[in-house]
Amino acid sequence: MSREMNIDKSKMTVVEGSYAVAHSVKVCKPNVISAYPITPQTHIVEDLSQFMADGEIPNCEYLNVESEFSALSALVGSAAVGARCYSATTSQGLELMHEVLFNVSGMRLPVVMTVTNRAVSAPISIWNDQQDSISQRDTGWIQMHAENIQEISDMTAQAYKISEDKDIMMPSMVCMDGFILSHVYEPLVLLEQDITDEFLPRYEPEYTLDPKNPLSFGAFADPNYYTEFRYMQQQAMERSLKKIEDVAEEFYDMYGRYFGGLIDEYQTEDADIILMAMGSIVGTIKDVVDKLRENNVKVGLLKVRTFRPFPAEAITNVIKDAKVVVVLDKNISLGLNEGALFTETKSVLYNTDIRVPTIGYMIGHGGRDIKMDTIERIIDEATEVMKTGIKKESQFVDVREDLL
Amino acid sequence: MTLLPGGICRGSTTVVNKTGGWRTFMPVYDYDKCVKCKLCELLCPDASIDPRDDGFFEFNYDFCKGCGICANECPKSAIEMVLEEK
Repeated sequence: MSREMNIDKSKMTVVEGSYAVAHSVKVCKPNVISAYPITPQTHIVEDLSQFMADGEIPNCEYLNVESEFSALSALVGSAAVGARCYSATTSQGLELMHEVLFNVSGMRLPVVMTVTNRAVSAPISIWNDQQDSISQRDTGWIQMHAENIQEISDMTAQAYKISEDKDIMMPSMVCMDGFILSHVYEPLVLLEQDITDEFLPRYEPEYTLDPKNPLSFGAFADPNYYTEFRYMQQQAMERSLKKIEDVAEEFYDMYGRYFGGLIDEYQTEDADIILMAMGSIVGTIKDVVDKLRENNVKVGLLKVRTFRPFPAEAITNVIKDAKVVVVLDKNISLGLNEGALFTETKSVLYNTDIRVPTIGYMIGHGGRDIKMDTIERIIDEATEVMKTGIKKESQFVDVREDLL
Repeated sequence: MTLLPGGICRGSTTVVNKTGGWRTFMPVYDYDKCVKCKLCELLCPDASIDPRDDGFFEFNYDFCKGCGICANECPKSAIEMVLEEK
């Protein structure tokens, strides 16, 4: 449920989303930053670069590398010697990291990386959708999506705390919609240094690379051993379900701000129609919910904040009493005609007694604007589904027939 | 044995897994030519050359994979790569 937040107005300021993230990273005191610039991530690493030049991040190396593959590979070594590591990327850069993403999670290195979600080429697009991070869902990274600038700022510190926990030791991808959040100025409280020093303990890994005590990381595992490493990663993911909730609670106690743990709910309690979505679109949907609630339409929103680990139980608990569930995806699995959140939501319902009609919409690809009218139209269609059943299970929104 | 997360291993954990069978050519010393310069031992990528009490070296064929770096680098051509008959 949405909570009352105790935000000290005197602490509020107005900054760009990228600056807010860079500030949070600085406050988390990283030891190594390694990144390659790519739109719309660039402002984050520029701001961090400026902090470095101004001597504001002590005990930190900023590595200039020649590609995203190198950026993350450098962090594999850095994290293995015990450094708190940060990177940021998006789109093609994230796809270039694909192989290294598996290495980071396989070696259980708690790297935190911001992804400023952007569409993937071809055709080339610098605008927002979530195809890039969704395409990396199976790489063993915790993946969280933020709704606004305050949330992505706070989520950065939470991610370090979750990832570096001794029982978890998994990397985190903290996702913000490119441009919509990265390049927009909003009022927020920048992450507080004094509280963060208390909230986020020093990173002290159990195993580190050290010439005095030689170890191999990610060593060869033949068929007798490989399965067990994947099993251990999955167990850590399952433990992180609770940890993510606990950290959100602890953050709320210490900072007074809360945007959900695995999920958040908005007007879901008595809702017949529940919309599910991730990222900045959540803000638009809340406005639509407010508007329709004035006309007594029983509609609510389930914000999926954590996509990996997939919060199956939390989701089913919220949607079990709805009359129709509508899942909005800024991605598509080509060949299935469904977005990932839709497919996975259906899959967790299948072997249960819950029989709620579930429909999916693929929306906002390549940065196409998502207007309140569009959401309202989708809710109208969902109202029809309640009466007449599902006619179209999953579909694109706003396809321009005039261009085809 | 208990696996550590992250595929983390201490040294010598693969001693039981003998890998010398990968070899096609085996290195053989000619001790008459060897000057005990130690270059072969330093350059062996698999730590498969062990020092002997008399200052010479010997190959550990349980792990030598026959890469031939030692023979190639030996300044006295004291190592010959011999096709291994199975």
